Amino acid sequence: MILELKNVSFTYSRGTTYSVKALDNINLSIDEGQFIGVIGHTGSGKSTLIQHLNGLMQPTEGQVFYEGQDIWGSTDPAEQGKKKVSKKNRYDLRSLRTHVGLVFQYPENQLFETDVISDVSFGPKNQGLDETEIRRRAEEALRQTGVAEKFWKVSPFELSGGQKRRVAIAGVLAMNPKVLILDEPTAGLDPQGRDDILDQIKKLHDERGITILLVSHSMEDVANYADRIIVVNDGKIADDGTPKEVFSHYRELEKMGLAAPQTTYIVNELAERGMDVDTTATTITEAKESILKALLEKGQLRKGETFV
Amino acid sequence: MFKDVTIGQYYPADSILHKLDPRVKFLGTVIFIVSVFLVRGFAGYAFVTAVLVTLIALSKVPFRFMLKGLRAILIILCITMIFNMFLTPGEVIFQKWIFKITREGVIQAVRMGVRLAYLVIGSSIMTLTTTPNQLTDAMESLFSPLKVVHAPVHEIAMMMSIALRFIPILMEETDKIMKAQIARGADFESGGIVKRIMNMIPLLVPLFVSAFRRANDLAMAMEARCYHGGEGRTQMKPLKYSGRDIVAYILIIGFLAGCIFFRITRL
Repeated sequence: MILELKNVSFTYSRGTTYSVKALDNINLSIDEGQFIGVIGHTGSGKSTLIQHLNGLMQPTEGQVFYEGQDIWGSTDPAEQGKKKVSKKNRYDLRSLRTHVGLVFQYPENQLFETDVISDVSFGPKNQGLDETEIRRRAEEALRQTGVAEKFWKVSPFELSGGQKRRVAIAGVLAMNPKVLILDEPTAGLDPQGRDDILDQIKKLHDERGITILLVSHSMEDVANYADRIIVVNDGKIADDGTPKEVFSHYRELEKMGLAAPQTTYIVNELAERGMDVDTTATTITEAKESILKALLEKGQLRKGETFV
Repeated sequence: MFKDVTIGQYYPADSILHKLDPRVKFLGTVIFIVSVFLVRGFAGYAFVTAVLVTLIALSKVPFRFMLKGLRAILIILCITMIFNMFLTPGEVIFQKWIFKITREGVIQAVRMGVRLAYLVIGSSIMTLTTTPNQLTDAMESLFSPLKVVHAPVHEIAMMMSIALRFIPILMEETDKIMKAQIARGADFESGGIVKRIMNMIPLLVPLFVSAFRRANDLAMAMEARCYHGGEGRTQMKPLKYSGRDIVAYILIIGFLAGCIFFRITRL
Protein backbone atom coordinates (compact mmCIF):
# COMPACT_ATOMS: atom_id res chain seq x y z
CA MET A 1 0.00 0.00 0.00
CA ILE A 2 1.59 3.24 -1.12
CA LEU A 3 -1.13 5.79 -0.38
CA GLU A 4 -3.92 5.61 2.12
CA LEU A 5 -6.69 7.98 3.16
CA LYS A 6 -8.37 7.44 6.51
CA ASN A 7 -11.69 9.12 7.26
CA VAL A 8 -10.69 12.16 5.21
CA SER A 9 -13.13 15.05 5.04
CA PHE A 10 -12.57 18.47 3.58
CA THR A 11 -14.76 21.55 3.90
CA TYR A 12 -14.18 24.70 1.85
CA SER A 13 -14.50 28.05 3.69
CA ARG A 14 -15.24 26.37 6.96
CA GLY A 15 -17.21 28.45 9.44
CA THR A 16 -18.65 30.87 6.89
CA THR A 17 -21.96 30.98 5.10
CA TYR A 18 -20.21 29.73 1.96
CA SER A 19 -18.92 26.51 3.54
CA VAL A 20 -19.13 23.48 1.25
CA LYS A 21 -18.27 19.93 2.20
CA ALA A 22 -16.21 18.72 -0.75
CA LEU A 23 -15.02 15.43 0.72
CA ASP A 24 -17.03 13.40 3.17
CA ASN A 25 -15.32 10.67 5.17
CA ILE A 26 -13.21 9.15 2.43
CA ASN A 27 -11.42 5.85 3.05
CA LEU A 28 -9.16 4.74 0.28
CA SER A 29 -6.03 2.70 -0.19
CA ILE A 30 -3.91 2.61 -3.29
CA ASP A 31 -1.48 -0.21 -3.95
CA GLU A 32 1.78 0.15 -5.80
CA GLY A 33 1.56 -0.52 -9.52
CA GLN A 34 -2.17 -0.02 -9.92
CA PHE A 35 -3.66 1.84 -12.84
CA ILE A 36 -6.67 3.59 -11.37
CA GLY A 37 -9.34 5.50 -13.19
CA VAL A 38 -11.15 8.17 -11.17
CA ILE A 39 -14.54 9.19 -12.48
CA GLY A 40 -17.23 11.53 -11.22
CA HIS A 41 -19.23 14.41 -12.61
CA THR A 42 -18.03 18.01 -12.47
CA GLY A 43 -17.98 19.22 -8.88
CA SER A 44 -18.11 15.73 -7.38
CA GLY A 45 -14.88 16.27 -5.44
CA LYS A 46 -12.39 14.45 -7.69
CA SER A 47 -10.01 17.38 -7.97
CA THR A 48 -10.15 18.01 -4.23
CA LEU A 49 -9.49 14.34 -3.63
CA ILE A 50 -6.37 14.14 -5.78
CA GLN A 51 -4.93 17.29 -4.25
CA HIS A 52 -5.03 15.55 -0.90
CA LEU A 53 -2.81 12.77 -2.19
CA ASN A 54 0.29 14.93 -2.56
CA GLY A 55 -0.30 17.25 0.37
CA LEU A 56 -1.42 20.28 -1.63
CA MET A 57 -4.54 20.34 0.48
CA GLN A 58 -4.79 19.49 4.12
CA PRO A 59 -7.87 17.53 5.15
CA THR A 60 -10.07 19.26 7.70
CA GLU A 61 -10.57 15.84 9.28
CA GLY A 62 -8.83 12.50 8.89
CA GLN A 63 -5.34 11.40 7.88
CA VAL A 64 -3.35 10.85 4.70
CA PHE A 65 -0.60 8.25 4.68
CA TYR A 66 2.22 7.89 2.19
CA GLU A 67 4.14 4.63 2.59
CA GLY A 68 2.64 4.29 6.06
CA GLN A 69 3.67 7.75 7.23
CA ASP A 70 1.03 10.32 8.20
CA ILE A 71 1.94 13.30 6.00
CA TRP A 72 0.31 15.85 8.30
CA GLY A 73 1.53 14.17 11.49
CA SER A 74 4.93 14.25 13.14
CA THR A 75 7.94 12.24 11.98
CA ASP A 76 8.96 11.88 15.61
CA PRO A 77 7.09 8.98 17.25
CA ALA A 78 7.17 10.79 20.61
CA GLU A 79 5.10 13.58 19.14
CA GLN A 80 2.59 11.35 17.46
CA GLY A 81 -1.07 11.95 18.06
CA LYS A 82 -0.52 15.60 18.93
CA LYS A 83 -2.46 18.24 17.07
CA LYS A 84 0.39 20.71 16.75
CA VAL A 85 3.54 19.42 15.09
CA SER A 86 6.81 21.19 15.84
CA LYS A 87 8.52 22.63 12.78
CA LYS A 88 11.54 20.33 12.69
CA ASN A 89 9.42 17.18 12.93
CA ARG A 90 7.12 18.15 10.10
CA TYR A 91 6.80 15.70 7.26
CA ASP A 92 8.79 16.83 4.22
CA LEU A 93 5.94 17.71 1.88
CA ARG A 94 8.27 18.93 -0.87
CA SER A 95 9.87 15.53 -1.17
CA LEU A 96 6.44 13.90 -1.01
CA ARG A 97 5.42 15.95 -4.04
CA THR A 98 8.32 14.53 -6.00
CA HIS A 99 7.18 11.00 -5.13
CA VAL A 100 3.55 11.72 -5.90
CA GLY A 101 3.55 13.70 -9.16
CA LEU A 102 0.42 15.62 -9.96
CA VAL A 103 -0.40 16.84 -13.45
CA PHE A 104 -3.19 19.39 -13.28
CA GLN A 105 -5.88 20.02 -15.83
CA TYR A 106 -4.55 22.00 -18.79
CA PRO A 107 -1.00 21.63 -17.48
CA GLU A 108 0.40 23.62 -20.42
CA ASN A 109 -0.66 26.74 -18.49
CA GLN A 110 2.23 26.18 -16.09
CA LEU A 111 5.00 26.41 -18.73
CA PHE A 112 7.27 29.39 -18.17
CA GLU A 113 10.85 28.70 -19.27
CA THR A 114 12.60 29.95 -22.39
CA ASP A 115 13.01 26.49 -23.87
CA VAL A 116 11.40 23.10 -23.49
CA ILE A 117 14.27 21.30 -21.82
CA SER A 118 14.78 23.94 -19.12
CA ASP A 119 11.08 23.85 -18.36
CA VAL A 120 11.16 20.11 -17.89
CA SER A 121 14.29 20.52 -15.73
CA PHE A 122 12.42 22.75 -13.28
CA GLY A 123 11.13 19.83 -11.21
CA PRO A 124 14.43 17.90 -10.91
CA LYS A 125 16.24 21.18 -10.22
CA ASN A 126 13.94 21.77 -7.25
CA GLN A 127 14.90 18.32 -6.03
CA GLY A 128 18.48 19.55 -5.73
CA LEU A 129 20.02 17.08 -8.16
CA ASP A 130 23.30 17.75 -10.01
CA GLU A 131 23.46 19.12 -13.56
CA THR A 132 24.07 15.85 -15.40
CA GLU A 133 21.33 14.03 -13.51
CA ILE A 134 18.87 16.87 -14.15
CA ARG A 135 19.69 16.75 -17.83
CA ARG A 136 19.41 12.97 -17.96
CA ARG A 137 16.02 12.96 -16.23
CA ALA A 138 14.65 15.76 -18.42
CA GLU A 139 15.72 14.00 -21.61
CA GLU A 140 14.33 10.70 -20.42
CA ALA A 141 10.99 12.28 -19.51
CA LEU A 142 10.76 14.06 -22.87
CA ARG A 143 11.49 10.82 -24.72
CA GLN A 144 8.90 8.95 -22.67
CA THR A 145 6.20 11.50 -23.41
CA GLY A 146 7.12 11.45 -27.09
CA VAL A 147 8.46 14.98 -27.56
CA ALA A 148 10.77 14.91 -30.60
CA GLU A 149 14.34 16.06 -30.02
CA LYS A 150 14.04 18.93 -32.50
CA PHE A 151 11.61 20.65 -30.10
CA TRP A 152 13.87 20.51 -27.05
CA LYS A 153 15.51 23.87 -27.64
CA VAL A 154 12.32 25.58 -28.83
CA SER A 155 10.28 27.94 -26.64
CA PRO A 156 7.38 25.96 -25.16
CA PHE A 157 5.04 28.78 -26.17
CA GLU A 158 5.68 28.06 -29.85
CA LEU A 159 4.50 24.46 -29.67
CA SER A 160 1.09 23.12 -30.60
CA GLY A 161 -1.46 22.35 -27.89
CA GLY A 162 -0.75 18.63 -27.86
CA GLN A 163 3.02 19.13 -27.76
CA LYS A 164 2.71 21.64 -24.91
CA ARG A 165 0.65 19.12 -22.98
CA ARG A 166 3.37 16.48 -23.42
CA VAL A 167 6.07 18.89 -22.29
CA ALA A 168 4.03 19.74 -19.20
CA ILE A 169 3.52 16.07 -18.37
CA ALA A 170 7.24 15.47 -18.90
CA GLY A 171 7.87 18.28 -16.40
CA VAL A 172 6.20 16.23 -13.68
CA LEU A 173 7.57 12.91 -14.90
CA ALA A 174 11.15 14.21 -14.75
CA MET A 175 10.93 14.18 -10.96
CA ASN A 176 10.75 10.37 -11.19
CA PRO A 177 7.54 10.02 -9.20
CA LYS A 178 6.37 6.66 -7.89
CA VAL A 179 2.77 7.73 -8.26
CA LEU A 180 1.57 9.84 -11.17
CA ILE A 181 -1.80 11.54 -10.90
CA LEU A 182 -3.23 13.05 -14.07
CA ASP A 183 -6.30 15.29 -13.95
CA GLU A 184 -7.99 14.94 -17.33
CA PRO A 185 -4.78 14.84 -19.33
CA THR A 186 -6.67 14.57 -22.60
CA ALA A 187 -9.16 17.45 -22.19
CA GLY A 188 -9.28 19.54 -25.33
CA LEU A 189 -7.06 17.27 -27.44
CA ASP A 190 -7.97 15.72 -30.78
CA PRO A 191 -8.61 11.92 -30.89
CA GLN A 192 -5.09 11.20 -32.20
CA GLY A 193 -3.43 13.31 -29.51
CA ARG A 194 -5.64 11.73 -26.87
CA ASP A 195 -4.75 8.16 -27.84
CA ASP A 196 -1.04 9.03 -28.07
CA ILE A 197 -0.97 10.50 -24.58
CA LEU A 198 -2.97 7.67 -23.04
CA ASP A 199 -0.77 5.05 -24.74
CA GLN A 200 2.31 6.79 -23.39
CA ILE A 201 0.84 6.82 -19.90
CA LYS A 202 0.04 3.12 -20.23
CA LYS A 203 3.64 2.49 -21.29
CA LEU A 204 4.94 4.36 -18.24
CA HIS A 205 2.78 2.17 -16.08
CA ASP A 206 3.88 -1.07 -17.75
CA GLU A 207 7.57 -0.28 -18.17
CA ARG A 208 8.44 1.83 -15.16
CA GLY A 209 5.83 0.34 -12.84
CA ILE A 210 4.52 3.77 -11.90
CA THR A 211 1.23 3.80 -10.04
CA ILE A 212 -1.20 5.82 -12.14
CA LEU A 213 -4.32 7.71 -11.15
CA LEU A 214 -6.17 8.94 -14.19
CA VAL A 215 -9.05 11.35 -13.70
CA SER A 216 -11.24 11.31 -16.75
CA HIS A 217 -14.66 12.10 -18.09
CA SER A 218 -14.37 9.51 -20.81
CA MET A 219 -15.70 6.14 -19.69
CA GLU A 220 -14.15 4.53 -22.78
CA ASP A 221 -10.68 5.72 -21.83
CA VAL A 222 -11.06 4.55 -18.27
CA ALA A 223 -12.42 1.17 -19.41
CA ASN A 224 -9.58 0.71 -21.87
CA TYR A 225 -6.69 1.56 -19.60
CA ALA A 226 -7.53 1.23 -15.91
CA ASP A 227 -7.52 -1.96 -13.88
CA ARG A 228 -9.45 -0.33 -11.05
CA ILE A 229 -12.09 2.38 -11.10
CA ILE A 230 -13.05 4.74 -8.29
CA VAL A 231 -16.33 6.56 -8.63
CA VAL A 232 -16.62 9.82 -6.71
CA ASN A 233 -20.03 11.32 -6.08
CA ASP A 234 -20.98 14.17 -3.72
CA GLY A 235 -17.63 13.95 -1.98
CA LYS A 236 -18.01 10.25 -1.24
CA ILE A 237 -16.64 7.14 -2.88
CA ALA A 238 -19.71 5.74 -4.56
CA ASP A 239 -18.09 2.70 -6.14
CA ASP A 240 -14.66 1.08 -6.26
CA GLY A 241 -13.70 -2.00 -8.24
CA THR A 242 -12.57 -3.40 -11.55
CA PRO A 243 -14.04 -1.78 -14.69
CA LYS A 244 -16.28 -4.81 -15.15
CA GLU A 245 -17.70 -4.53 -11.64
CA VAL A 246 -18.19 -0.80 -11.74
CA PHE A 247 -19.74 -0.63 -15.19
CA SER A 248 -22.13 -3.47 -14.43
CA HIS A 249 -23.77 -0.94 -12.09
CA TYR A 250 -24.36 1.39 -14.99
CA ARG A 251 -27.89 2.21 -13.85
CA GLU A 252 -26.46 3.65 -10.61
CA LEU A 253 -23.79 5.50 -12.58
CA GLU A 254 -26.48 7.15 -14.68
CA LYS A 255 -28.17 8.43 -11.54
CA MET A 256 -24.91 10.21 -10.69
CA GLY A 257 -24.79 11.90 -14.07
CA LEU A 258 -22.24 9.40 -15.38
CA ALA A 259 -22.53 6.54 -17.80
CA ALA A 260 -20.88 3.28 -18.77
CA PRO A 261 -18.86 2.93 -21.99
CA GLN A 262 -21.02 2.60 -25.09
CA THR A 263 -19.83 -1.00 -25.41
CA THR A 264 -21.60 -1.88 -22.15
CA TYR A 265 -24.86 -0.51 -23.53
CA ILE A 266 -24.52 -2.45 -26.77
CA VAL A 267 -23.81 -5.82 -25.12
CA ASN A 268 -26.61 -5.29 -22.61
CA GLU A 269 -29.05 -4.41 -25.37
CA LEU A 270 -27.99 -7.48 -27.34
CA ALA A 271 -28.41 -9.69 -24.28
CA GLU A 272 -31.88 -8.27 -23.71
CA ARG A 273 -32.80 -9.25 -27.25
CA GLY A 274 -31.79 -12.80 -26.57
CA MET A 275 -28.21 -12.95 -27.76
CA ASP A 276 -25.86 -14.90 -25.53
CA VAL A 277 -23.15 -12.23 -25.06
CA ASP A 278 -20.99 -11.42 -22.09
CA THR A 279 -22.61 -8.33 -20.55
CA THR A 280 -19.49 -7.46 -18.55
CA ALA A 281 -17.50 -6.62 -21.68
CA THR A 282 -16.28 -3.03 -21.34
CA THR A 283 -13.78 -2.64 -24.16
CA ILE A 284 -14.43 -2.92 -27.87
CA THR A 285 -12.11 -5.91 -28.23
CA GLU A 286 -13.89 -7.85 -25.49
CA ALA A 287 -17.28 -7.04 -26.95
CA LYS A 288 -16.16 -8.10 -30.41
CA GLU A 289 -14.87 -11.45 -29.18
CA SER A 290 -18.03 -12.10 -27.22
CA ILE A 291 -20.38 -11.18 -30.08
CA LEU A 292 -18.43 -13.29 -32.55
CA LYS A 293 -18.54 -16.22 -30.16
CA ALA A 294 -22.29 -15.87 -29.71
CA LEU A 295 -22.86 -15.70 -33.47
CA LEU A 296 -20.65 -18.72 -34.02
CA GLU A 297 -22.57 -20.75 -31.44
CA LYS A 298 -25.85 -19.80 -33.04
CA GLY A 299 -24.50 -20.90 -36.39
CA GLN A 300 -25.03 -17.49 -37.93
CA LEU A 301 -21.36 -17.22 -38.68
CA ARG A 302 -19.08 -19.81 -40.15
CA LYS A 303 -15.74 -20.53 -38.52
CA GLY A 304 -12.98 -18.29 -39.84
CA GLU A 305 -15.47 -15.69 -41.04
CA THR A 306 -15.10 -12.37 -39.30
CA PHE A 307 -16.21 -8.76 -39.35
CA VAL A 308 -14.32 -6.32 -41.47
CA MET B 1 -3.59 36.10 -0.05
CA PHE B 2 -5.96 38.96 -0.95
CA LYS B 3 -8.67 37.83 1.42
CA ASP B 4 -8.50 40.92 3.61
CA VAL B 5 -9.41 43.49 1.02
CA THR B 6 -13.11 44.18 1.34
CA ILE B 7 -13.33 46.42 -1.71
CA GLY B 8 -15.23 44.71 -4.47
CA GLN B 9 -16.56 42.04 -2.15
CA TYR B 10 -20.27 42.19 -2.52
CA TYR B 11 -22.23 40.63 0.32
CA PRO B 12 -25.61 39.47 -0.94
CA ALA B 13 -28.48 40.30 1.42
CA ASP B 14 -31.98 41.67 1.18
CA SER B 15 -31.81 45.10 2.75
CA ILE B 16 -32.99 48.59 1.96
CA LEU B 17 -29.38 49.62 1.28
CA HIS B 18 -28.97 46.82 -1.26
CA LYS B 19 -32.06 47.99 -3.07
CA LEU B 20 -31.08 51.67 -3.26
CA ASP B 21 -29.99 53.10 -6.57
CA PRO B 22 -26.18 52.82 -6.78
CA ARG B 23 -25.92 56.52 -7.71
CA VAL B 24 -27.52 57.42 -4.39
CA LYS B 25 -25.11 55.19 -2.55
CA PHE B 26 -22.13 56.58 -4.43
CA LEU B 27 -23.02 60.22 -3.80
CA GLY B 28 -24.02 59.36 -0.25
CA THR B 29 -20.61 57.79 0.36
CA VAL B 30 -18.81 60.83 -1.03
CA ILE B 31 -20.86 63.10 1.21
CA PHE B 32 -20.25 60.81 4.18
CA ILE B 33 -16.49 60.97 3.64
CA VAL B 34 -16.61 64.77 3.39
CA SER B 35 -18.69 64.93 6.58
CA VAL B 36 -16.25 62.79 8.49
CA PHE B 37 -13.62 65.45 7.81
CA LEU B 38 -16.08 68.28 8.36
CA VAL B 39 -17.09 67.69 11.94
CA ARG B 40 -14.60 68.42 14.70
CA GLY B 41 -16.37 68.35 18.05
CA PHE B 42 -17.60 65.55 20.26
CA ALA B 43 -21.30 66.11 19.48
CA GLY B 44 -20.52 66.13 15.75
CA TYR B 45 -18.79 62.75 15.96
CA ALA B 46 -21.60 61.38 18.07
CA PHE B 47 -23.99 62.40 15.29
CA VAL B 48 -21.84 60.81 12.55
CA THR B 49 -21.41 57.66 14.65
CA ALA B 50 -25.16 57.39 15.17
CA VAL B 51 -25.74 57.65 11.43
CA LEU B 52 -23.01 55.10 10.71
CA VAL B 53 -24.40 52.61 13.24
CA THR B 54 -27.87 53.02 11.72
CA LEU B 55 -26.46 52.35 8.25
CA ILE B 56 -24.61 49.25 9.43
CA ALA B 57 -27.80 47.95 11.02
CA LEU B 58 -29.81 48.73 7.88
CA SER B 59 -27.32 47.00 5.58
CA LYS B 60 -27.83 43.56 7.21
CA VAL B 61 -24.16 42.84 6.50
CA PRO B 62 -22.31 41.29 9.46
CA PHE B 63 -20.07 43.91 11.03
CA ARG B 64 -16.98 41.70 10.84
CA PHE B 65 -17.00 42.07 7.04
CA MET B 66 -16.47 45.80 7.46
CA LEU B 67 -13.73 45.23 10.02
CA LYS B 68 -11.87 43.15 7.44
CA GLY B 69 -11.39 46.29 5.36
CA LEU B 70 -10.12 48.04 8.45
CA ARG B 71 -7.51 45.36 9.05
CA ALA B 72 -5.96 46.12 5.67
CA ILE B 73 -5.25 49.74 6.66
CA LEU B 74 -4.27 48.97 10.23
CA ILE B 75 -0.61 49.92 9.66
CA ILE B 76 -1.48 53.25 8.02
CA LEU B 77 -3.89 53.89 10.87
CA CYS B 78 -1.23 53.24 13.51
CA ILE B 79 1.41 55.37 11.76
CA THR B 80 -1.02 58.28 11.40
CA MET B 81 -2.04 58.09 15.02
CA ILE B 82 1.53 57.84 16.32
CA PHE B 83 2.75 60.79 14.23
CA ASN B 84 -0.18 62.94 15.29
CA MET B 85 0.31 62.01 18.89
CA PHE B 86 3.99 62.92 19.07
CA LEU B 87 4.30 65.76 16.60
CA THR B 88 1.38 68.03 17.44
CA PRO B 89 2.59 71.03 19.44
CA GLY B 90 0.65 72.07 22.52
CA GLU B 91 0.27 71.42 26.23
CA VAL B 92 2.70 68.67 27.25
CA ILE B 93 1.21 65.89 29.34
CA PHE B 94 4.00 63.30 29.07
CA GLN B 95 7.67 63.68 28.22
CA LYS B 96 10.59 61.31 27.96
CA TRP B 97 13.88 62.21 26.24
CA ILE B 98 12.95 63.78 22.88
CA PHE B 99 9.48 62.26 22.83
CA LYS B 100 6.62 64.28 24.18
CA ILE B 101 2.92 63.74 24.05
CA THR B 102 0.64 66.73 24.08
CA ARG B 103 -3.02 67.02 24.98
CA GLU B 104 -3.75 68.40 21.53
CA GLY B 105 -1.75 65.55 20.04
CA VAL B 106 -3.86 62.91 21.74
CA ILE B 107 -7.06 64.60 20.62
CA GLN B 108 -5.75 64.95 17.08
CA ALA B 109 -4.60 61.29 17.01
CA VAL B 110 -7.97 60.02 18.16
CA ARG B 111 -9.70 62.29 15.67
CA MET B 112 -7.55 61.07 12.75
CA GLY B 113 -7.98 57.45 13.82
CA VAL B 114 -11.75 57.83 13.97
CA ARG B 115 -11.80 59.63 10.62
CA LEU B 116 -9.80 56.96 8.83
CA ALA B 117 -11.77 54.14 10.40
CA TYR B 118 -15.11 55.75 9.51
CA LEU B 119 -13.90 56.46 6.01
CA VAL B 120 -13.07 52.81 5.43
CA ILE B 121 -16.21 51.50 7.12
CA GLY B 122 -18.35 53.99 5.21
CA SER B 123 -16.97 53.01 1.83
CA SER B 124 -17.09 49.32 2.82
CA ILE B 125 -20.83 49.69 3.40
CA MET B 126 -21.17 50.91 -0.16
CA THR B 127 -19.02 48.18 -1.72
CA LEU B 128 -20.62 45.46 0.40
CA THR B 129 -24.14 46.41 -0.61
CA THR B 130 -23.44 47.26 -4.25
CA THR B 131 -22.12 44.91 -6.92
CA PRO B 132 -19.05 46.25 -8.75
CA ASN B 133 -21.07 46.39 -11.95
CA GLN B 134 -23.77 48.52 -10.37
CA LEU B 135 -21.06 50.78 -9.13
CA THR B 136 -19.48 51.31 -12.53
CA ASP B 137 -22.94 51.91 -14.00
CA ALA B 138 -23.50 54.54 -11.35
CA MET B 139 -20.18 56.20 -12.13
CA GLU B 140 -20.86 56.17 -15.83
CA SER B 141 -24.23 57.78 -15.24
CA LEU B 142 -22.93 60.36 -12.76
CA PHE B 143 -19.95 61.36 -14.89
CA SER B 144 -21.84 61.36 -18.19
CA PRO B 145 -22.03 65.19 -18.23
CA LEU B 146 -18.26 65.06 -18.84
CA LYS B 147 -18.95 63.61 -22.27
CA VAL B 148 -19.56 67.18 -23.36
CA VAL B 149 -15.84 67.85 -22.97
CA HIS B 150 -15.08 64.56 -24.80
CA ALA B 151 -14.05 62.62 -21.72
CA PRO B 152 -14.27 58.88 -22.57
CA VAL B 153 -16.69 58.20 -19.72
CA HIS B 154 -18.19 55.03 -21.16
CA GLU B 155 -14.81 53.56 -22.06
CA ILE B 156 -13.43 54.21 -18.59
CA ALA B 157 -16.50 52.65 -16.99
CA MET B 158 -16.20 49.63 -19.30
CA MET B 159 -12.53 49.23 -18.47
CA MET B 160 -13.34 49.42 -14.79
CA SER B 161 -16.01 46.74 -14.96
CA ILE B 162 -13.72 44.48 -16.99
CA ALA B 163 -10.87 45.03 -14.54
CA LEU B 164 -13.16 44.24 -11.62
CA ARG B 165 -14.49 41.18 -13.36
CA PHE B 166 -10.97 39.91 -13.93
CA ILE B 167 -9.80 40.18 -10.33
CA PRO B 168 -11.44 36.94 -9.13
CA ILE B 169 -10.50 35.15 -12.36
CA LEU B 170 -6.85 36.07 -12.05
CA MET B 171 -6.84 35.22 -8.37
CA GLU B 172 -8.15 31.78 -9.16
CA GLU B 173 -5.60 31.45 -11.96
CA THR B 174 -2.79 32.45 -9.59
CA ASP B 175 -3.93 29.81 -7.16
CA LYS B 176 -4.00 27.14 -9.86
CA ILE B 177 -0.57 27.95 -11.28
CA MET B 178 0.89 28.22 -7.82
CA LYS B 179 -0.39 24.76 -6.98
CA ALA B 180 0.88 23.36 -10.26
CA GLN B 181 4.37 24.74 -9.58
CA ILE B 182 4.33 23.59 -5.95
CA ALA B 183 3.49 20.13 -7.30
CA ARG B 184 6.73 20.42 -9.31
CA GLY B 185 8.65 21.22 -6.14
CA ALA B 186 8.60 25.01 -6.37
CA ASP B 187 9.08 26.86 -3.12
CA PHE B 188 7.31 30.18 -2.57
CA GLU B 189 7.81 30.41 1.15
CA SER B 190 11.45 30.24 2.16
CA GLY B 191 14.66 32.06 1.27
CA GLY B 192 15.75 35.68 1.24
CA ILE B 193 14.05 38.48 -0.64
CA VAL B 194 16.07 38.06 -3.86
CA LYS B 195 15.52 34.32 -3.90
CA ARG B 196 11.84 34.79 -3.25
CA ILE B 197 11.49 37.21 -6.14
CA MET B 198 13.35 34.79 -8.41
CA ASN B 199 11.05 32.03 -7.22
CA MET B 200 8.07 34.08 -8.38
CA ILE B 201 9.11 33.80 -12.04
CA PRO B 202 7.47 30.38 -12.55
CA LEU B 203 4.28 31.95 -11.23
CA LEU B 204 4.38 35.32 -12.98
CA VAL B 205 5.27 34.21 -16.50
CA PRO B 206 2.31 31.83 -16.89
CA LEU B 207 0.06 34.35 -15.18
CA PHE B 208 0.94 37.09 -17.67
CA VAL B 209 0.61 34.70 -20.59
CA SER B 210 -2.82 33.70 -19.36
CA ALA B 211 -3.90 37.29 -18.69
CA PHE B 212 -2.97 38.34 -22.22
CA ARG B 213 -4.69 35.32 -23.69
CA ARG B 214 -7.85 36.07 -21.73
CA ALA B 215 -7.78 39.74 -22.73
CA ASN B 216 -7.41 38.70 -26.34
CA ASP B 217 -10.30 36.25 -26.11
CA LEU B 218 -12.48 38.85 -24.46
CA ALA B 219 -11.71 41.46 -27.12
CA MET B 220 -12.57 38.89 -29.77
CA ALA B 221 -15.83 37.94 -28.07
CA MET B 222 -16.82 41.61 -27.69
CA GLU B 223 -16.13 42.29 -31.34
CA ALA B 224 -18.06 39.19 -32.35
CA ARG B 225 -21.03 40.74 -30.58
CA CYS B 226 -20.53 44.01 -32.46
CA TYR B 227 -19.29 46.07 -29.55
CA HIS B 228 -18.33 49.50 -30.83
CA GLY B 229 -18.05 51.71 -27.76
CA GLY B 230 -20.58 53.77 -25.89
CA GLU B 231 -22.21 55.69 -28.74
CA GLY B 232 -25.94 54.87 -28.83
CA ARG B 233 -25.51 51.90 -26.52
CA THR B 234 -28.49 51.08 -24.30
CA GLN B 235 -28.42 49.12 -21.07
CA MET B 236 -30.17 45.94 -20.13
CA LYS B 237 -31.01 47.30 -16.70
CA PRO B 238 -31.06 51.10 -16.96
CA LEU B 239 -30.77 52.91 -13.65
CA LYS B 240 -34.07 54.45 -12.57
CA TYR B 241 -34.78 56.48 -9.45
CA SER B 242 -37.71 55.33 -7.34
CA GLY B 243 -39.48 56.87 -4.37
CA ARG B 244 -37.06 55.50 -1.80
CA ASP B 245 -34.10 56.95 -3.70
CA ILE B 246 -35.58 60.43 -3.44
CA VAL B 247 -36.20 59.93 0.27
CA ALA B 248 -32.59 58.79 0.58
CA TYR B 249 -31.35 61.91 -1.21
CA ILE B 250 -33.36 64.10 1.16
CA LEU B 251 -31.89 62.26 4.15
CA ILE B 252 -28.36 62.63 2.75
CA ILE B 253 -28.84 66.37 2.30
CA GLY B 254 -30.25 66.52 5.82
CA PHE B 255 -27.19 64.66 7.09
CA LEU B 256 -24.84 67.05 5.30
CA ALA B 257 -26.75 70.03 6.69
CA GLY B 258 -26.46 68.52 10.17
CA CYS B 259 -22.70 68.12 9.78
CA ILE B 260 -22.32 71.70 8.55
CA PHE B 261 -24.34 72.82 11.54
CA PHE B 262 -22.01 70.96 13.92
CA ARG B 263 -19.01 72.46 12.16
CA ILE B 264 -20.28 76.02 12.41
CA THR B 265 -21.38 75.72 16.01
CA ARG B 266 -18.09 73.92 16.81
CA LEU B 267 -19.88 71.31 18.88
